[in-house]
Amino acid sequence: MNVLGLVNYWAFIFLMMVGFYILISQGNLIKKIVGLSVFQTSVFILYISMGKIRGGTAPILMEGDPVYSNPLPHVLILTAIVVGVATTALGLSLVVRIHEAYGTVEEDEIHDLDVAEAE
Amino acid sequence: MLAVTALALLKLRNLFAVAMLAGIYSLLSAGLFTALDAVDVAFTEAAVGAGISTILVLGTLALVGHEQKKSTRSSVIPLLVVLVTGSILVYGTFDMPPYGDPGNPAHHHVAPHYLEESAHEIGIPNVVTSVLASYRGYDTMGETTVIFTAMVGVLLLMGGVRKRATSEMASGPASGPSDQELDGEPHQQPDGEEDPDGG
Repeated sequence: MNVLGLVNYWAFIFLMMVGFYILISQGNLIKKIVGLSVFQTSVFILYISMGKIRGGTAPILMEGDPVYSNPLPHVLILTAIVVGVATTALGLSLVVRIHEAYGTVEEDEIHDLDVAEAE
Repeated sequence: MLAVTALALLKLRNLFAVAMLAGIYSLLSAGLFTALDAVDVAFTEAAVGAGISTILVLGTLALVGHEQKKSTRSSVIPLLVVLVTGSILVYGTFDMPPYGDPGNPAHHHVAPHYLEESAHEIGIPNVVTSVLASYRGYDTMGETTVIFTAMVGVLLLMGGVRKRATSEMASGPASGPSDQELDGEPHQQPDGEEDPDGG
């Protein structure tokens, strides 16, 4: 097994897991959304690194006969980046709405307020 | 560098610094995309990820305040979940093809067709553009639908905030002692509100 060829995937998995940890361990809703976007960006890098060919160049047609990297992951990730921003915008506007209703964006305090209201 | 930025994001409690670091993280990854030959993706990430996302987060911070309170919850269970997920993913990479090998299966299905034929079929030198706009045009249309839906959602959510804020101001500061959650200056709201609409 060629371990060196897999090290880049492990680096991106580490980044992904940092984002995931921010997402599930932090109580602040804005911090959670930032963690989600760190997670997303790491997935993007993972995809782009799969499209790379050693010694390749950007897929813009040129004279001569160069090796081009695979354009397909680039297209998929272009779409994903824009969709990611759309989700971030929606999530942040939900945070603003939650702040308006509860006066806080800390998950623990929101839970306490809910419990107090139920009693 | 990306890893250091991500870890700093985890530790910082001032949310303004978090927003700035998230922008730096996006910019660093845009540099990495350029190194990986994905120039179009690098453009988009630098403009959208580092630019618009940061503005959106800053706009939200203007509305909700920027200090994170110290969490009292235990971090053992999240850490356990993250470690288990991470090790499953690492186990999954053992079947992945090695990085940068031209013989990888991903490079042998439709990608050679796009690279060889798009010059005659579409006539644009940038292959990414021809795939995005022509071969996979339906994907792009779906993406536009997603953005439209998200924008409608943002407008609906934020429109309610604006309406309540103006009625609050119209009814005067004396009324509504029960609304202690709205005492964060309703006048601020028009500034922050423009940003989510731009996304």
